Amino acid sequence: MPETLVFYLLAALAIGASAMVIGQRNPMYSVMMLIASFGALAALYIQLDAPFVAVAQIIIYAGAIMVLFLFVVMLLNAPQEDRAEWDRSHPLRQPGVTRFGTLMALLLVIELTWALTGPGRAVESGAAPVSSVREVGRVLFTDYMFAFEATSILILVAMLGAVLLARREGEQP
Amino acid sequence: MDLRTAIQLGIIGLTFFMLINASALLVLAERKIMGFMQQRYGPYRVGPHGMLQPLADIIKLLMKEELRPKGADKWLFTLAPIISVTAAFAAFATVPWGAQTTFFGLLDEPVKLGVADVNVGVLVVFAVTSMGVYGIVLAGWASNSKYSLFGGLRASAQMISYELAYATALASVVMLAGSLSLREVVDSQSGVWFGFIPRWYVFLQPIGFIIYTIAGVAETNRAPFDFPEAEQELVAGYNTEYSSVRFALFPQAEYINMATMSAVATDLYLGGWHGPWLPPEYGWIWFLAKVGVILFVYIWVRWTVPRYRYDQLMSFGWKILFPAAVINLLVTAALVLYFNA
Repeated sequence: MPETLVFYLLAALAIGASAMVIGQRNPMYSVMMLIASFGALAALYIQLDAPFVAVAQIIIYAGAIMVLFLFVVMLLNAPQEDRAEWDRSHPLRQPGVTRFGTLMALLLVIELTWALTGPGRAVESGAAPVSSVREVGRVLFTDYMFAFEATSILILVAMLGAVLLARREGEQP
Repeated sequence: MDLRTAIQLGIIGLTFFMLINASALLVLAERKIMGFMQQRYGPYRVGPHGMLQPLADIIKLLMKEELRPKGADKWLFTLAPIISVTAAFAAFATVPWGAQTTFFGLLDEPVKLGVADVNVGVLVVFAVTSMGVYGIVLAGWASNSKYSLFGGLRASAQMISYELAYATALASVVMLAGSLSLREVVDSQSGVWFGFIPRWYVFLQPIGFIIYTIAGVAETNRAPFDFPEAEQELVAGYNTEYSSVRFALFPQAEYINMATMSAVATDLYLGGWHGPWLPPEYGWIWFLAKVGVILFVYIWVRWTVPRYRYDQLMSFGWKILFPAAVINLLVTAALVLYFNA
């Protein structure tokens, strides 16, 4: 029973924080709420007996990526969103954008319903727990070798692109 | 509550108490050692040989008026020092500081000296220390001051560049030990080679140890890498606008982080509580001695080496430290594979 209680507490925290991310006018608070949401997710992973995933979540998302987010938000120097710009002429207020957003939200709702109620989806859990780091590494480098390598090549391409964009015209690397 | 639970709680309380005291003692040690290095006595008035100086410092800081600059973000300004000090304390949670002990036969089963023994302990320490930078970044942003903002920006950039080398150095040790639990890493370092060299990983990983130490200095924002608060350029950096208790929490977090860094270095590279002459029950004496030596080196470096320039720090981190750590990791991996096959 206490485990269920903790689960609902953490789930409420994660959902609440995620809702606050888009509900904030101040981007700094949005970033903080996103960190809180990641923290709650990590706690949920621990409850699922996957401490490695939880710690990886903290290190990569809460520790590294969100620091970069903060960096960018601080450099933008935009503590308050300018309300004057947010009128009918704003590109995000055009009818096409609104329709597209509504469509995507509907699609997400349908997908979630299908994923949660579809046949034989939630039953597969409870098999052999893949909690040990050794096991995660072995599976990653044998069964999912191709996906792993494809991802790393994708990241490499993104890195090269960033270097190319950051380099000034005519400058030697 | 049975005796065992009580002793576990006692160990947790003791660890907390040691960390709080470590920050006070380190302030005194720093001022004393700095004094001797500069041919002065250092603090000498409060108590015998100035030994009660930390107490006077704390009382002074508590009595000061708390100020919050106009235009500062109320919530984040208050939250920032709390995040800093919480992350500093929490990082020590998975660091073991002594062998198993029965307290001279008091208990039937031995208990472990340390707060928690987690099977991903190394990663937990790494994850929680990396959260500490939010305190500094938010303090810089929320203060509504240009000096603070630059301090915060520098802290985040510095953290990103040094964390990579730091994590890669950790990975080499983890590969040697074959475990992510700090207690198992320590236990794999017991015994001696050729009868006299202790089986410490510092002898197998000298480059890794140097990288870890340098990255550790950068992580704790100590000189020569104290750019977030470089006083000649930024007044006091991220904590310019802070006063009273809120200000006191930042140095406290820094000193606790130093203690954690040294304790983790001892566990990973210097054999933890293993050492000659003393029985395993008293291993914590070895542990404290080793941590003390590393802390002394920290203070020694701070008052010996002048501060780098900021761009030098970034290029040093990305172009020298990180490649060196990666090569070290690859060589270690190849050797581990060769000797284990």
